[in-house]
Amino acid sequence: MAELITYREAVARALAQEMERDDTVYLIGEDVAAAGGVFKTTPGLLERFGEQRVRDTPISEEAIIGAVMGAAMNGLRPVAEIMFSDFLATCWDLVANQIAKTRYMTDGQVALPLVIRTANGGGVRFGAQHSQSLENWAMSVPGLKVVAPSTPRDVIALMAASVRDPDPVIFFEHKGLFASRGEVPDGELVGQLGEASVVRSGPDATILALAAMVPKALQAADELAARGIEATVVDLRCLVPLDTRTILSTVADTGRVFTVEENPRLCGWGAEVVSIIAEEAFYDLDSPIVRITTDHIPLPASDILEDATIPSVTRIVDTVTRSLD
Amino acid sequence: MNVAVAAGPDLDTRLRIYRMMLEARRFEERAHQLFLEGLVKGTTHLGIGQEAVAAGFAAAMRSDDLTFCTYRGHNHTLLRGAPAGRLMSELLGRSEGVCGGKGGSMHLTWAPAGAMGSYAIVGAHLPIAAGAAWAAVERGTEQVAVCFFGDGTTNIGAFHEALNLAVVWDLPVVFVCENNLYMEYTPIGSVTAVERPAADRAAAYGLEGVVVDGNDPDVVYETAADALARARDGGGPSLIEAVTYRHGGHSRADPGTYRPDEEVRQWLARDPIPMYRTRLAGAGASEDQLGGVEQSVESWIEVAVEEAKAAPEPSVDSIATEVWADGGSRWRN
Ligand SMILES: Cc1ncc(C[n+]2csc(CCOP(=O)(O)OP(=O)(O)O)c2C)c(N)n1
Ligand SMILES: [Mg+2]
Repeated sequence: MAELITYREAVARALAQEMERDDTVYLIGEDVAAAGGVFKTTPGLLERFGEQRVRDTPISEEAIIGAVMGAAMNGLRPVAEIMFSDFLATCWDLVANQIAKTRYMTDGQVALPLVIRTANGGGVRFGAQHSQSLENWAMSVPGLKVVAPSTPRDVIALMAASVRDPDPVIFFEHKGLFASRGEVPDGELVGQLGEASVVRSGPDATILALAAMVPKALQAADELAARGIEATVVDLRCLVPLDTRTILSTVADTGRVFTVEENPRLCGWGAEVVSIIAEEAFYDLDSPIVRITTDHIPLPASDILEDATIPSVTRIVDTVTRSLD
Repeated sequence: MNVAVAAGPDLDTRLRIYRMMLEARRFEERAHQLFLEGLVKGTTHLGIGQEAVAAGFAAAMRSDDLTFCTYRGHNHTLLRGAPAGRLMSELLGRSEGVCGGKGGSMHLTWAPAGAMGSYAIVGAHLPIAAGAAWAAVERGTEQVAVCFFGDGTTNIGAFHEALNLAVVWDLPVVFVCENNLYMEYTPIGSVTAVERPAADRAAAYGLEGVVVDGNDPDVVYETAADALARARDGGGPSLIEAVTYRHGGHSRADPGTYRPDEEVRQWLARDPIPMYRTRLAGAGASEDQLGGVEQSVESWIEVAVEEAKAAPEPSVDSIATEVWADGGSRWRN
């Protein structure tokens, strides 16, 4: 049996699955309990698990992240919600200086099994401070695992894997995907961090995508197929650990590589992936690698401007077609 | 409120506290000397002069309570029970160091004794301590988290966020401001809106504003015991401002010349260790007992220093260990 659910429903289902299984799993954040989250990703959890385990916090991002860090040191497996990933900037000390480095700096004395969930990405006309794609912030800090699922099924499977992971995980939920639907099987679902998914296969090009760029890449691949170009689409799902094996093997199969990145150009995740391909698979390449990204600008709010900024299906199709000509 | 102590702890406890203060003092004196010999690299932030706070609290805490301190954290980490030789080895960057040489002077941790880290980004550890206290409540462990920080830390946001959360959630955490009158080189009064940097903020969080003499270990001990008991019994957090003074500069790079001579002279005359010795002698400690403690600490520190000097240098293979729980540092397959 399978069921069609939304990406946002998958978040609550994943958390419920893990909270049911392990009573050391807690959820805290602004408006996550009584209100069920501003994106309605956590409704029902308070009623089901009680106010000790699902708890509203003050607007104190440093206290939220500090609290889950301290709690993880002392026997819980807490999950924190940071409402918008942009707000990570207000508690980045706790994330990047403290959480990421604690195991290393204590030479393994202190483990931090915690998850920071956060609504990430654009396409919802919120403007430059509520729309960023910030996976690369987390990716650039040693000691953080970085997950960004694109489907309801992966939300559940990878959230379960993140909660069970002994290391800190930053879990990016894409705002633009919350209403999207997908099939999930009945029963417990647990995935594996660090496994990319080849979501479409074709011999002519490899398109590497993440989160909301995955459905766009798939749609672009369909349009390309109509023009006689059969593309492979890889959903990276996880940036750390990075499934370079899958990436490199699809590059070997197609010889042409495109990244589709929602982040601004400089130092986006694609830059790292491309440098790995250039170093390790250069002789598999038939043409230069092309990165399709947001320009290096803050994201504008207007629908017309935002749509012209974030990589679109048309831009992907045109870019791939042009470079294969 | 100023806390005055009538009776004070019993003589055994006082001798224990005296020993702790002496251990901390000798440890840091030797750390400084090893720095001058070029064996301790980087920087050090000594707590010489502030030992009464660390000793008074460490003596009052339960063995499974949790300590969170700052880069000025040698004293706290040592007195919670970190092995001195391994602590000194850490300052020397040796593999036997408590953190394998990856932490250094500013980042000492000895989790087996509840010394849960020295934090070098001002303010970060206040919410972390609150979180550890939260887990203690949820797990029913009756542990208390104690968080030490400086006067300058009361002006950073994390201080206020942590206090508010700790009160709202009724957490068993004791926040201890070691007010040594300076934030780095700046007198705290010149950059703070209120006279008492911690205590005058307490009311904003519904807490009592407590100021104690941080150079009197008996007062610190009694205040600590009280706050710890209250937290353990579900009475929530406390904020204690312990007024004290560092004898030296902020860090090894700072001669501390911005401080008025008269101020330094007055505080050196209030050195907690000789003051306490005099008090103990008057309270029934024999010269034999006090001398015994002193001699024993002298040989204890020699052993620790020798152990650290003889400790092996780290293997460069250790660089890539303990990023992840699997012991390694791989970020790709
Ligand atoms: C967020 C942050 N800002 C600045 C510094 C640099 N710094 C290190 S210690 C210090 C002074 C802190 O003063 P106080 O809290 O009184 O502690 P003390 O050093 O007196 O023990 C400063 C400014 C820092 N480490 N972290
Ligand atoms: Mg100070």
